[in-house]
Amino acid sequence: MNRTEIFEKLTDIFRDVFDDEGITLTEATTAADIEDWDSLTHITLLSAVEEEFEVKFGMKAVQNLKNVGELADLIAASL
Amino acid sequence: MELHDNFIPPFSNDLLVKRKRLRRELLESGADFLDKRVAILGGSTTHDIKDMLDLFLLHHGIRCTFYESEYAQYWQDAMFPNPALEAFQPDIIYIHTTNRNVSRYPLLSDPPEAVDALLEEELDRYRQMWDRLARTYPCVIIQNNFEYPDWRLQGNREASDIHGRVNFLTRLNLAFAQYAQTHDRFYLHDLNYLSASYGLERWCDPFCWHMYKYAMALPAIPYLANSVANIIKSLYGKNKKALALDLDNTLWGGVVGDDGPENLQVGQETPMGQAYSAFQDYLKAHKQLGVLLNVISKNDPENALAGLNRPDMTLTPEDFLLIKANWEPKSQNLLDMARELSLLPESFVFVDDNPAEREIVRRQVPGAAVPELGDQPEDYIRAIDRLGCFEVTTLSADDAARTEMYRQNAARSRAEAAFTDYGSYLRSLEMEAEILPFSPMYFSRIAQLTNKSNQFNLTTRRFTQAEIAGMAEDSRYVTLYGRLSDKFGDNGVVSLVIGEVQGDRLDVILWLMSCRVLKRDMEYAMMDALAARCGALGVKTIRGFYFPTAKNGMVRDFYEKQGFQKLSEDPDGSTVWELSLAGYEPKNHVISVNSEESEAFK
Repeated sequence: MNRTEIFEKLTDIFRDVFDDEGITLTEATTAADIEDWDSLTHITLLSAVEEEFEVKFGMKAVQNLKNVGELADLIAASL
Repeated sequence: MELHDNFIPPFSNDLLVKRKRLRRELLESGADFLDKRVAILGGSTTHDIKDMLDLFLLHHGIRCTFYESEYAQYWQDAMFPNPALEAFQPDIIYIHTTNRNVSRYPLLSDPPEAVDALLEEELDRYRQMWDRLARTYPCVIIQNNFEYPDWRLQGNREASDIHGRVNFLTRLNLAFAQYAQTHDRFYLHDLNYLSASYGLERWCDPFCWHMYKYAMALPAIPYLANSVANIIKSLYGKNKKALALDLDNTLWGGVVGDDGPENLQVGQETPMGQAYSAFQDYLKAHKQLGVLLNVISKNDPENALAGLNRPDMTLTPEDFLLIKANWEPKSQNLLDMARELSLLPESFVFVDDNPAEREIVRRQVPGAAVPELGDQPEDYIRAIDRLGCFEVTTLSADDAARTEMYRQNAARSRAEAAFTDYGSYLRSLEMEAEILPFSPMYFSRIAQLTNKSNQFNLTTRRFTQAEIAGMAEDSRYVTLYGRLSDKFGDNGVVSLVIGEVQGDRLDVILWLMSCRVLKRDMEYAMMDALAARCGALGVKTIRGFYFPTAKNGMVRDFYEKQGFQKLSEDPDGSTVWELSLAGYEPKNHVISVNSEESEAFK
């Protein structure tokens, strides 16, 4: 799966979780850019990502995620 | 996928991921929601538990507002004055504690007395909390028991040794169960069974605990919500009441019309036969709960009966209330069946191995439960069981006798057909009624009736058993229950009236009747009794209220038929009525009421 495909899939997940079809993601997107992205929805997001990409993250990996680009890195490394 | 299919197990992650959209769609589905207030007192993070419980309850037609305690503040919220929770006025308090909340476990060096003392100390913490909640809030309490621990210091010995965590949690769970056995309005949520059924290995997720302080894996949360929602919907009368069962390849293997009854797969001879017989055992056990068993089969009637009459069949024709064996669409048969039994179509669970039949019923009979049976008979039991359609919160003596009551009703219908004059039919029933103020023996049945009667119910007010007991003892209220029997049998308590005395006027806040005694003039007998009671109290007028719901259209004109005058009508169809008791003439001439000689209720 290349980076574009990962971003496409991530966009679908974000749109589902935030119930907002207008969301577009970039490498630099952070929680500050999406209004409803709080610590609780963050949990839902990670869980949805794990389910959709069929990966399982450890605590070490998810602790220091800074933006969507880093999340995509983590997914690519876990596939 | 149809919206409500999301709520048939196994639950997909979509419930968590697409919760916002699902919530919106459920709210817009046009259902006639019951509004309730649920307080979740958590010993760990509860955010997603609240969201999922919200969805599952909406699926059951219950629209809730929620109170959530701050993180792990369940005990403080319950034990100390809490203006926010008091102002919230919860209908339900759900205490979501887990083994993460056990204060201390025994040490291997503790003497037995110290282990017992530790157990009592832990239990006291909970009992004090439950007692205080019961005193402070007139509502239902739902309490988790404990799931087993993720690790075992001594291995298997943890179960037998008094110091073992497995042993300690088991003792706590038994003590919780004892509390539930002796306290009304207190219901145990069996987290222990649920986590075992889900798989403890997957249930316990240290990642979720350390990262988010969820005491279980996230994908398990919909299962938890389903399980808790089942208790709540059962309390509010939203259980299913009847099963409609297919025959060929559902109750037995093979097609009776093609293969002949002698070649069906059932009984103890083969593994396949055993699987079908085990399924029949499971279904038959539901009669103890008062679930009504029925058949809807595409067969000629004689073939259906030939199959059911096989000597090794667990379910026999006598176990069923109605057997519809014909070639009409199954959805039509289900609607006819509901009408004949005076049940709502959504009170049925439709069980059929054929996906096409399930699809037709899902489309044509919205609200009926249609489990995904799968195509292997060994999986049928689980497909029905995990839905929780018949979740039991209270069991009254009436429940076990229900099939018999409905059977008597069928006998009455046949008798009715033999009469040309309805009045002489009613007199031939030799009806006797007991109509008296609420008494403790009937409190549980009375509360149950207020929570499950939807059709013949003027105000659709729901009451807990404690509220019923309170009104029975309060002189400001006039309460009457009506129990009706006839030559075919006893119908039990079938009608209730509650009035609030306002000077020389009585406001009727509840009037309901079970549909199994429709058109028996019982409502007139109740009216006569109410008028007599009012006369004794110096009440001069009775005021009646009708609040329309999606289900109680049959009583729109009830007060008019009772001779009331309409005072007002709201745009939503709510009406207010009044009757002056001056010169009241009794209306019932066919039921003998409170007769001294009666043998019916001895």
